[in-house]
Amino acid sequence: MRDGNSASLLRAAVCIAAAHPAIPVRSLGKVLMPSRFVPVLIFCAVLAALPPHAVGQFAPTPIGATTIPAAQLMQAPELVRLLNSSDPQPLILQVGSRIFFAEAHIRGAQFAGPGSQPAGIELLEKTAASSPKGRLIVLYCGCCPWNRCPNVGPAFKRLHELGFTNVKVLYLANNFGDDWMAKGYPTDRK
Amino acid sequence: MARRSLLLVANALFVTAAALLASGVLRAAPPPSRLLHQPAPEFVSNGIDGQRVDLASFHDRVVLLTFWATWCAPCQVEIPHFIRWQRDLGSQGFQVVAISMDDDAAPVLALARRRPFNYPVIMGDEQLGTLYGGVLGLPVTFLIDRHGRVAAIFKGESNLNSMKSRVVKLLAAQ
Repeated sequence: MRDGNSASLLRAAVCIAAAHPAIPVRSLGKVLMPSRFVPVLIFCAVLAALPPHAVGQFAPTPIGATTIPAAQLMQAPELVRLLNSSDPQPLILQVGSRIFFAEAHIRGAQFAGPGSQPAGIELLEKTAASSPKGRLIVLYCGCCPWNRCPNVGPAFKRLHELGFTNVKVLYLANNFGDDWMAKGYPTDRK
Repeated sequence: MARRSLLLVANALFVTAAALLASGVLRAAPPPSRLLHQPAPEFVSNGIDGQRVDLASFHDRVVLLTFWATWCAPCQVEIPHFIRWQRDLGSQGFQVVAISMDDDAAPVLALARRRPFNYPVIMGDEQLGTLYGGVLGLPVTFLIDRHGRVAAIFKGESNLNSMKSRVVKLLAAQ
């Protein structure tokens, strides 16, 4: 299972099987009586609807985006509110493609190199080096669907290893274009 | 009893589908960009093999123009399909053109050595991305009809069977 969609489908299937591990096929019709099946359906519906990180399983790779703890994710409206406030501004780092950054990026963001590549991690280290360890740093990429992003996981892990204690990762479900630009959020364009 | 069981199974499938829909699994595609049904923006560039690639030269063909990158996992899934479609449908007037959004050519060339492409691959940049409405997520694929108009846009992890069906329909259309 390498993506959240497949993971959700599998969760739905597995949870039904797990809920009735000993039910022989011939008695399936009996099991599907409303009074017994509805609670299972509700359970499965809730489980299938949960985002992958909330379930904490089916992580695609050790450094995939879904390995980032849910508590460290930031939703786009929260960052927009922060950007439009008079609060201390976070250090926003784009850890994806330089071409995408050149096309458009979050207002005030800096390019920090693709997190999936050694050169990107090196640039990330240099870019973050002058920041206090406790400063809010927001990482984002948006190159691909969240569960497929190769960049934010390694970047988050590296900053954590370097002792930065207030690192958040912007959750972009599909990509930067759909989940940020198309919504009219603050953007710097070329 | 059998009918009742079937009804209950149908209900179960409906509820599960509703849950998956809510979770985004069956979410409808994002709205098409402004390029849909418009003339495909033309460009001329050099392929990674040094050959000149002029989109206008393909105007009598159905073109699958795909933006991709070596680091994009869904793109890697698509490549073998595109190679196969080019091989099988090329004689009917089908042409794949791939634009890599990698920041540099080295990984693209390395991939091309391991898995030779049978269609032109060019290196993209921010100008080309902007020309196509802002390519800010991969993969994104434009199907261009024989008249040079964008007939369909596929964003993200796409259903390749649907994509191929559209290609076949466009090839059959005059």
